[in-house]
Order: sequence, then C-alpha cells, then structure tokens
Amino acid sequence: MSLHPILAALRKHKAGVVLIALQIALTLAIVCNAVFIIYSRVEKVNRPTGIDESNLLLITQQWVGAPSMDTPAGVQQLDSMLRQDLDTLRRMPDVMSVSSITSLPLLNSSWVGGVSLTPGAQTPGKNDIHTAMYFGDDQMVGTLGLQMVEGRNFNASEITNKGMRDQTEPSIVIVTQDLAKRLFPHGSAVGKVVYFDGGNAPSTIIGVVKRMQTPAVGWGDNFTWYSTLMPTRINATFSRYIVRTRPGQLDAVAHHVATALYNSNPLRVIDDDDGIKRFSDIRADAYRADIGMAVLMGVVCLILLAVTAAGIVGLTSFWVGQRHRQIGVRRALGARKIDILHYFQLENLMIAGAGALIGIALAVGLNRLLMSKFEMDSMPVYYVLVGLAVVMLLGQVAVFVPARRASNVPPVVATRSV
Amino acid sequence: MFGYYLDLAVHSLKRNKVLTGLMVLAIAMGIGASMTTLTVLHVLSGDPLPGRSGSLYTPQIDPLDLNNYAPGVEPPDQLSWIDGNYLLKAKRATRQALMTEGMVPLQPAQPSIDPFHAVALYTTADFFPMFGVPFQYGNGWGNADDDAKARVVVISAKLNDKLFGGKNSVGKELRLQEKAFRIIGVLGDWHPQPHFYQLYMGSYADDEDIFVPFFTSRDLHMEHDGSTDCWGNSGGDPNNLEHVNCTWLQFWVQLDTPQAVAAYKSFLVNYSQEQHDNGRFARSPNVRLRNVMQWLDYQQVVPSDTRLQAWLAISFLVVCLVNTVGLMLAKFMRRAGELSVRRALGASQRALFGQLLMESGIVGCVGGVAGLLLALLGLWLVRQQPADYAKIAHMDASMLVVTFALSICASLLAGLLPAWRACRVTPALQLKAN
Repeated sequence: MSLHPILAALRKHKAGVVLIALQIALTLAIVCNAVFIIYSRVEKVNRPTGIDESNLLLITQQWVGAPSMDTPAGVQQLDSMLRQDLDTLRRMPDVMSVSSITSLPLLNSSWVGGVSLTPGAQTPGKNDIHTAMYFGDDQMVGTLGLQMVEGRNFNASEITNKGMRDQTEPSIVIVTQDLAKRLFPHGSAVGKVVYFDGGNAPSTIIGVVKRMQTPAVGWGDNFTWYSTLMPTRINATFSRYIVRTRPGQLDAVAHHVATALYNSNPLRVIDDDDGIKRFSDIRADAYRADIGMAVLMGVVCLILLAVTAAGIVGLTSFWVGQRHRQIGVRRALGARKIDILHYFQLENLMIAGAGALIGIALAVGLNRLLMSKFEMDSMPVYYVLVGLAVVMLLGQVAVFVPARRASNVPPVVATRSV
Repeated sequence: MFGYYLDLAVHSLKRNKVLTGLMVLAIAMGIGASMTTLTVLHVLSGDPLPGRSGSLYTPQIDPLDLNNYAPGVEPPDQLSWIDGNYLLKAKRATRQALMTEGMVPLQPAQPSIDPFHAVALYTTADFFPMFGVPFQYGNGWGNADDDAKARVVVISAKLNDKLFGGKNSVGKELRLQEKAFRIIGVLGDWHPQPHFYQLYMGSYADDEDIFVPFFTSRDLHMEHDGSTDCWGNSGGDPNNLEHVNCTWLQFWVQLDTPQAVAAYKSFLVNYSQEQHDNGRFARSPNVRLRNVMQWLDYQQVVPSDTRLQAWLAISFLVVCLVNTVGLMLAKFMRRAGELSVRRALGASQRALFGQLLMESGIVGCVGGVAGLLLALLGLWLVRQQPADYAKIAHMDASMLVVTFALSICASLLAGLLPAWRACRVTPALQLKAN
C-alpha cells in the first residue's frame, strides 16, 4: 500500500494528528521515567541485607530506676541485668539463639564511626571510611545467620562489656567483605590492624563476613555495606536483644517474650508498639515509602496509558465518521475490507511513530531533568526502546475497534447522499 | 444569551455521552492527581507560625576547626554549649530561647498507667511568649525559674488528657526521672507543622509531651537526644557536653525590624571575630541568620519523594489536557454541519465561539467536581500512609479554590483551539456538501 494517500489525508487533519502525536510523546516520556523509578525502588527493596531474615525477633527494653552507666559499679550492675535477660531469653522454649545487639540492618538507629589504617586520624578527615558498628556477643554472628567467608567468629571468652559512653575500642573486630576490600584492596584483611574513631588503640580484624547492610535507611548510601561487628556488650539504661526462634515459632515466642522478661525483672518498660519487632516488620517499615512510591508510579502509568488509548479511540472514531462516504467510495471501487483496516492501522502507526520519536527525546530530557533535581541514576537505553514498543502496540490496539468499524462500511454508502 | 448557550451546551454534551464521559474523566483524573500531590506539598511547605515566623530567626555560627574548610561553607546547624549560653545571656534580641530535646522517664502517680518515656523539650523561659504558645491552664516559667534551676514543668494537652483526664492539673506533682516536678502550665492546641524549632526528631513529628527548664535538665543530667556533632579529637561524651567541642543546641531569637536583624547579624560577626582573635574559633567569622521559612527551605524539610510526585502529577495533568483538546476537537468538528446552519441563520463567529467555550467550561466544572472528589480520596489514601507527615494532609479552603480555578482554566484552555477551529467553518461550503 502506498503511503501517499495517507499522508495527503493527514495533512487535512493537522491539529488532530499533532495532538495524538504529542499525547503519545508525553506518555512515552512519563511512562519510561516512571517505570525506571519503579525499577530502582524495587531493586533497592529486594536487595538482601546479608542476614537470615526469617524467624528473627528484636526486643528493645528500658530499665526503670537503672544505675548510672557512667560509674564502673553501675556498668557492672547493668551488665549483670543484661546477662540475666540473655539467660532468661535463652531458656525460653523454641528459642534457638540469642545475642545482645545495638542495632539491626534497616532499623535506622545506628552507631556510625570512622575507620582508618592509621592511629589518631582526625575524625572528620576527608579519607575517613564510615562504618556502622554492631555491638554484641559471641552468639551475634550465629543468631543473625551471617556467612563467615574468612577468619573466625568471636569466642565467648573474648566478649567484654562497657558503658555506652565509654570510648575504648575493642581489640578484635569482624568486618564485612566490602569493608575489608575497601581497607585492604590487596590480600586478606584477617590479622590486619585498624583504628576506630580516630583513636590510638589498635583493633585486629579476626574475621570477615560476606555481607551485612548498615541500619541506615534513606541516607548513608556511600557505606551501605560497610559494617563492623564488635565483641562487646553495651551497657546502658536500655538494651536490645536479637532472638532467633525455631522455624514457625516466631509468633509464639513474640507472644510470650514480654511476660518472660517481666517475670525475671519487673522494673522495666517494653514499648507496646516498638518493643518487640519481627524482622519482617523492620523491613516493611524501612521500605514502606519506596514501595508506596513504586505503587503510585505504577498506577499513574496504567491510567496514563488508558487515557492515551481512549484519546486515540476518540479521535480515530471521529475520523472514521467523517470519512464515512470516502470509505464507501473506496469499497465501491474495489478495496477489500482488509485494505480499509490496514489503511487506518498504518495511519496510526505513522502518527504513533512520529510521536514516539519526539517521546524518546522527551524521555531522555526528563530523565536528565530529574537527575539534576533528585537523586536519580541515568536511565538505560532499553527502557526507552521498550517504552517505544509499548506505545506503538497501544496505538495499534486502540485503533483496532474504530478501524474495524470503518472496514465494515458497506460500498453502497457511496451511492447514498447523507 | 448565557442561558441559551448553557442549554445548547448541555444538549450537545448529552448527545454523545461516551465522548463527554471520557473528557470529564480525563480532566477529573488529571485534576485529582495533581491536587492531591499539590495539597500535600502545600501542607508540608506551609508556614508553621503564620504572622510570627517572619520575625523569628535562628543564628548559626562556625566554631569548627580547619578540617574540610572551604570559603563559603555552611556553618553547623546547631550551637555548642559555650556559644549558646553566650548568645542567651547577651540578650541582644527582643526574645531568645535555647533548647534541645530528650526522652525523660515519667512515673505516673496512677498505678493503672505504666511508667513510660516522655518526649521532652528542654528550653528557656522566652520559648512560650516568643512562639506565641497558647495555654489552657497556668503559664510558662520565668527567667527566675531558669536561673534557680526550678523543678517546674509544662505539659501538653495530650499528656494532660492521659494523666489527668483533661482537668486543670496546675500545681500537681509529676515525677520525672524519679524527681518531683510541679506542673505550672498545660498547653492549649498547639501543633506547629513543620516542627521547625526541632527538626531532629522528624520534620513533622509529634509534639513534645513535656517542657522542662533547660538548666534544670542539665542539673539533673536528663538524657539528651538528637544529633550531637563533634569536631577535633574530643569525643562526644554526652555527660560532659558542657565542656566538649560539640554542637547540640538550637537557639531562636525574635527580631522585629530589619534594623534589629542587621544589628544582630553584626553582633554575631563581632562575636565570631572576637573568638577567632582569642584563638577559640579557627575559622574567620562565618555566620548565618535565617528566619523560619528560610530555615525550613535550607533544611529541605519537604521530602524529595513528595516533590517528585508533584512533578509527576502535573505532567499527568498535561497529558490529560492534551487528550481533552483532542477529544474536544473531534467533538466540535463533527458538528460542523450544525454550526454552519447557525452561521447561515446569522450567528456571528463570536457567538459560536462563546457557545463552544461554554460547552468546554461545563466539562471543566463537572471534571473539577469529580477531580475534587478524587483529590479527597487521594488525600485520604495519603493519610493512611505511615509517614510522619501523612496525618496532616488535609485540603484547606485555599487549595479548594485552586482546584476549581485550575480545572475550569484547564478545560477552557483545552476548549480554545477546538472552538476557534470549529467556529471558522465556512457555512456555504458545509451546507453545500451536505
């Protein structure tokens, strides 16, 4: 079929053609960028934290009338209260292992410090590497289900305790593989010495775990995988415990744990909302905004495609009505139904193609604009190509109904005056 | 004439229900989406203290060392103990208040209520008059109470409801951190949003439960929460915040005239210069003096996702409008026959144009009402979100007006091109063709 008659006809409907093309272009630009945002959010939400997330329970509690955490006697008293809690938790049925802990990945309550290869480095130094510190005992690695790739775990005898405001650094630590590679790009990090927070006391790396995310949510993107495990029970007026239950017993343990702790020592507060949290809840809280954004983008994309399709149906229907007689004449002159159908399909393909070409430019421009205004990456080319295919297909689907109606115009129309 | 056009427009819209429905739906969705996000943006970037915020300023001065120093770098957001106290005692502004936040264990007298941690603001006397805080019962404390480290406390209406069933509790005792405090005031309805004077607990966070005199809180070693930014090698020992190189205090002043603002700024510069000459400040004077709205803007309290959503919704509205222009064009052009009959019978182009615009105006009105309902639904959905700003997302009168204005403008705009094209039909040609 020659394109010439189609082009000639389109020239008579400039306004309509421009409007459909413009709408397709804008739809393509918005949908591509929205889908890219959805993909980035979903990718962020789906990345594993490095811990075994099932059957984990975090307990946060505060002691009432606790001794001071700034005197040695107070610290030892707090520590014995903490060890009593650990003991209580370990003796509960269906509990596999327990550790004291200061935070968890995605908890957004973090202890961030600097780590360097030289002692006494200035704390806010330019070359400082940030790391999130997790303080716990010898059960921490096992309870979290971390994967040791090198070196060894802490022994029970290596665990110390200190008051929360005590600045002394532990003599041994475990770091994540990413942090180990960053500190020691060549060779193993095990046995090497690092210094924390600009201090002068060396800490020896005794083990490396495969992966462990920091607690930060929505910030600290430059050190997401730089975590450090410290063999220290932190004594403060509050304490946190991580509990791994037997599979399927998470709810039962969550239900009984507050009572067990209150029975062993009633002088404490366990918050109703945040005191006992399943890891799945922590994950849901951390990513709720991202998931909300992804859903919103998805809904907007669908509505946008529907609106555009409706627009194409509306305008094409109008054209079919307007050319009713011409179609009859063509049919009378020997054009088959399929020829009329193809005519409208081809016409739409040309308009949509032109719109999509403009849309590609708009999509890339919009991506650049969003990159300058928001924290966003550059959109890969295949998004635009997939978007192109989608809008072309959408155009063909939308045009089918009016085009079929056009093909059903009987040749006898040509002889009738309207 | 108006009534006649209205009649014609309604007739013509009724004739083609599907097309009319599509246009109304497109406008309604565009308006609904953009008004939802714009309302959220409007609420989040609102003025927390209308009428007062213009004369409230927060000074920033730069006591840091030369690490990471570059000319023009922003000074820290907070003040250190020494600087905060100096500015407070200097009393160079009409009013000034020093503050920071913390959690305080509260032991209710009623055995039925478990002990809990109350969110506390530790501040000084001017806080209440400066921010125009309303009181339900009693008052705030005075400068004498600050100096005497008095054990007095002001509580929020919410806490008063929880502990005393909303009755006047002034004069009653409240046990904080195992010490007896006397309640001297109960706040009225006061929820500045954003929570401008203390952004560290969340920009749209819940308000404080209790207000304790600042020096009392230090005297009793009440816990300090929020960010503590330290420099040098001093470490951030929270028990010793009076003596370390850390910034951890917020300071607000009331300055009523531009002259007072300029004078205060030069006071800050002079102070920094003096400290620099003494060797306490390593950097040359680097000060900022921002009022409430400038401060909120600088702190970027509006979440970037919200701004992104607003952009998205507005581009969505544009697509919906282009769509409506297309549909309107189809609709008007289809009526070329009818319009040319009216032209032949003597209607002017202007009359036809008016009639067609009336038609698009009606589409806009109906779309606007539907869009408003969608926006209300959208805001309800936003309020179901757990984000701390979600609960304040409500439509107000100004946004209601904007919604209608936007939808009618949008549809008239969408009707302009089609109406102009359609009213330029040549009657003779059309009539002959038919």
